[in-house]
Order: sequence, then structure tokens, then C-alpha cells
Amino acid sequence: MLSSLTPHLPALQVVIPLIAAPLCALFMNRHLAWTIAFVASVAAFLVSALLLASVLDGSVISYQLGGWAPPWGIEYRIDAANAFVLFIVSLIGALVLPYARQSIEREFDTSTHTYFYTCYLLCLTGLLGVAATGDAFNVFVFLEISSLSTYALVAFGAKRDRRALTAAYNYLIMGTIGATFFVIGLGFLYMVTGTLNMVDLAVRLAEVGDTRVTRVAFVFILVGMGLKLAMFPLHLWLPNAYNYAPPAVTAFLAATATKVALYVLLRFMFTIFQFDHPIQGLTFEYVVMPLAIVAMFAASIAAVFQEDVKRLLAYSSIAQVGYMLLGVALLTEAGLTAGIIHLFNHAVTKGALFLAVGCFVYQVGSSRLGDLKGIGKTMPWTTAALTAGGLSLIGVPLTVGFISKWYLIQASLETGSLLIAGLIVASSLIAVVYVWRIVEVAYLAPAPEGREAKEAPLSMILPTYALVAASLYFGINSELTSSAASQAANALFSVTDLAAPPMHLTPIDLPSEGASQ
Amino acid sequence: MIWDELTAEFFVGHYNYWMTIVLMMIGLYVVVSRGNLVKKIVGLNLFQTSVFMLYISMAKIFGGTAPILTDNPDEVYSNPLPHVLILTAIVVGVATTALGLALIIRIRESFDTIEEDEIFDIEQQMAKNATSTGGER
Repeated sequence: MLSSLTPHLPALQVVIPLIAAPLCALFMNRHLAWTIAFVASVAAFLVSALLLASVLDGSVISYQLGGWAPPWGIEYRIDAANAFVLFIVSLIGALVLPYARQSIEREFDTSTHTYFYTCYLLCLTGLLGVAATGDAFNVFVFLEISSLSTYALVAFGAKRDRRALTAAYNYLIMGTIGATFFVIGLGFLYMVTGTLNMVDLAVRLAEVGDTRVTRVAFVFILVGMGLKLAMFPLHLWLPNAYNYAPPAVTAFLAATATKVALYVLLRFMFTIFQFDHPIQGLTFEYVVMPLAIVAMFAASIAAVFQEDVKRLLAYSSIAQVGYMLLGVALLTEAGLTAGIIHLFNHAVTKGALFLAVGCFVYQVGSSRLGDLKGIGKTMPWTTAALTAGGLSLIGVPLTVGFISKWYLIQASLETGSLLIAGLIVASSLIAVVYVWRIVEVAYLAPAPEGREAKEAPLSMILPTYALVAASLYFGINSELTSSAASQAANALFSVTDLAAPPMHLTPIDLPSEGASQ
Repeated sequence: MIWDELTAEFFVGHYNYWMTIVLMMIGLYVVVSRGNLVKKIVGLNLFQTSVFMLYISMAKIFGGTAPILTDNPDEVYSNPLPHVLILTAIVVGVATTALGLALIIRIRESFDTIEEDEIFDIEQQMAKNATSTGGER
């Protein structure tokens, strides 16, 4: 039975959480809803692991929905790049759920729990769909599925702080503008090519060459996705949204949503536009790279002055997006690999950090630095996890942060820029300052009297430590991540080579063929 | 080169695109300039509608009819795909509007205002209170 499902893995990846979401809302029982959500997210994780394993050798899976051949039909196209992203998203999705159960039990009224799981699964569906699909307009639809549920998830934080509502509202306005810009860009691309299939788009855009329309499309897509992934001057929605969202949501979003948006940007910039149009290379060199460097410094410095750990980490996220974009903007395969490695590593690290902060919120009811004085004595495990994650943010050896910075510096040296390498090191030093602020408060400040903060429950500690362990494991043994990332970078660069004549895509995995195998 | 294209015919011939741009700019301006949360949603809707017009414009073929299959093989159709795409986008727009308005109701319930500057003042006050209580501990 399992083998008959194998050819359908790309569709199952998206369909499993999509079907599970209404089931959660239907049964209106929070325990059942949690079980459904957990089973669905674990299933999605297994599917993505199988997909990643089958494309790591450089092969490409093309799944045709309804058996309609691309470029007319909608195609799910899995190569190393999006299999890697699918793996990260579903991994975090599966890890956050056991954590969320305890966390939201204390956060919201019990009657809203089923809606929470529904939104969570819809968000997961959207994020997985964005990564899996090979159809450009499908990207927009899935992006909006995930975004709309994200706004609702952020607004769930209103029980603890009503500012979550305005944060969600502002996120909605900015996110919708971003998505609409993206659709405008797509419209221009469709105008000049008449296709929406990504591979087909890439081939036909190469024929069209550099025209005013493709330039406008490029800029609209860059800005639209820039809004979604919190590229530096477009990041204003992020600190409030991350700060006021429920802790489990923050961890999930910080580790996945911006990463998926970055993947879309990479897919469009490298696979579809391919940089044979001079203006696009120049945009990355003279606009994206300087902004990324400014983000590394400005957001890090802003993080130093925050009084709330969640907000501090949110600003740090903006800086980390800067690192990823910097790697990408080097426009070499080494730089792209570094960017993708950092995408994975930062997802693991930030996930662990926000989960640890969520444990504090669960026990102390606040994540403000002033309320966390001396917490290291009463909640040693959580604080240790936070410290380990902080070390990884700085880039201390034996953590994943070191691996990504190592690759970034190597990539920038390879392009002959000693200055950029120096800037990466310098901005990491600012990270030392803000991480030290947390460590100092947690370990060295005297604990206030009368605070009853025991260690967080095991179901919250375990997911946190799973991510901490991952960030240490991949920091010591970077074999898997680096090979997957370089394979992914390779896939982003070379999609059109694989499908040189657009009509001859990879073998058709029709359902009937799959069943007989 | 570019100036040669700017004839009266060019302006009239691209009437729909000009209107798209005008609507788009009005919409964005409303989102940015208005402090009323509902008016911002209105602006957002205008902005999205302009994109619908853009897509429908590019589907139009001169002399083309509605894309319905007839027996005449020489029939010229408008391109149906952008219409279908924009149906999806309209649904997304409706969902966004609904969610935005729902959020506004919740904001009004807890802040008792839907004016951005007043909400901002309340939030500043909340931040200040949090700092002062944090200091006392």
C-alpha cells in the first residue's frame, strides 16, 4: 500500500494538512483536534523526509495534478532546493505542535483551541504548498493561504496582550501589499510569456531577453517578496507580529514563514530570471547587498536596546535575513549555498530560541528582561537551551551558526571581498552583546522574591531540546546540510538545463503507472 | 526613441492601463495616508481591484468573444486563463477583507477606537506602564 502512495508524495505533502485542517474545526474537541494536527504534521514530515531522500542525488520529481501535462496543467516540481525547504518547514511544524499543546492551554480559552489547530494546519499547508508547487500563480494562492492563517494566529496573542490585534492588522496590510505586488509582477511575466509554469517561464523569458516589462516584473516580485521575508527596509511588521503572537506561533513563524518567502525569491531570481539580464545582477549587487549589510548592523544594534527577549530575537531575525540575502546577493554558487545553509541553520536556531522563550512565558507570564532576573537558577534547562541558541546566533564553533558564517565568509572571500567578510565578523560581535544581555540577566542578576517559576513541563522542554540538539549536531557534522544546500543551489541554477525543450519534462508519474510499479 | 511612442493614440489606446495605474496609486495612497483602519481596508481593496483590471486587460483580444466553445472554428476568443486566475485572486481579496474587518472589530472592542493615532497613543501608554512596573520589581 505504501509503495502505491509513493508517486503521490508531492501532492500528499500539501493535501495531508489541508484535509486535516477542516477536520480539526469539525470535531470541536480540542484533544481530538490536537491529535489530528499532530498526526497530520508528523505525516507531512515523513513525506518531506522521503521526498528529500529521493531528490538529494540531483533528480527531479514532477507531479502532474489531475494528469494534465505541464505547461498547461499545474505541476508540483520537487528538486533539491524545495525538498530542503519542505523538510525544514515540516520538521519545525511537527516539533512545535507537542509544545503548542501545553503552551496554548495556559494562553487561551479552551473553546478557541480547535480554531488554533485549524489555523496552524492551514498555515502549514500554505507554506508547504508554496515550496512544493512548480506553478507561479499557485505560489501566490498558497502564500495567501499561509499568510491569512498567520494573521489569525498572530491575533490569537490578544488574550495576553491586546497589541497582538494591531500587530496582526499591520501585518495584514503589509503582507497583502507584498502579495499583490507579487501578483502584479506575475501578470507582467504572463504578458510577455503566456505561461505560468516555472520551468516554461524560465525558458521563454530567456527567449524574450531583457525588456522593460521583464524589468518591471522583476522589481515588483523582488519588492513583494521582500515585504514577505522582511528584507531590511520592509521589515516593519515583523517585530510586533513576533513579539505579541503566542510563543508557539512565534517559534513556528520565525523558523518557517520568512524562510519560505526567501525560497520563493530565490526560485524566481535564479531559476526564472537567471541573471542574464544585466539589470537584475546590478540590482542585487547595488541594492540588495547594501541593504542586507545595513540590516545586519541596524537590526542587530536595535536588538541590543530591546527590553523584551521576544522582541530582541525578532530584531535579530531581521539581521539574520540580512545574512541570508548577503550570501545570495554575492551571485555565486558558493554564496547561494551559504545563503541556503543559513536558511536551514537559522530556522533551527531561532526555532529553539523562541521555544525556550515560550517556556519562560509559560512559567513567568512575561518575556521581559526585567522579569527574567535570575531565572537561570529556577529554570536551568530552559536557560541552558536559550544560551546554546544564543551561542549559535553569535556563530560560536560547534554550533550551526558557525557553519553558516564560515560558508558565508568563504563565499565572500571567494569573490575577493575582504570587506564583506570583515563586516560579517563585525556584525557577529554585536550579536555577542545582545546575547550577553540575556545571559547576564538570566544567570547573574539576583532573582526577585516570591516568584514561583519551576522548570517548564517536559512536553515543552523536549521540542526545545530537539532543536537545540539539531543545532549542535549540524554544527559538528555539517556534511548533510552542506551537501543538501549545495545540491539545492545547484538545482536553483540549473533547472532549465534539465528541461531544455519545455515540452519534454521529466517522466510522467501518472497514478495508474505508479500503482502498477 | 521613447518619445516617439508618446502619441495621442498611445495614450488613448492604453486607456485601461492608465486607469489601472491611477486606481493602484489611489489605493496605495489611501492605505498609507488614512488613519482610519476601515479606510485603510478600502484602500487595500482599491489597490487589489486595480490588479484585477490589469489581468483582465491583458486577457482581452480585439474582436474576441467570451471563451465559450462554439461550432465555428474561426471564432476568436479572449484568453480565459487570466479571468480564472483573477477569480482566485478575488476570492483571496475577499478573504483578506473579511479577516481585516474582523480584526478591526476586535481592535474596536479592546481599544475602543479605530483611529490609528489614538491606538498608537494607547500602545505608547501601555509600553510606558510596563516599563515603570518592571522597574519597581
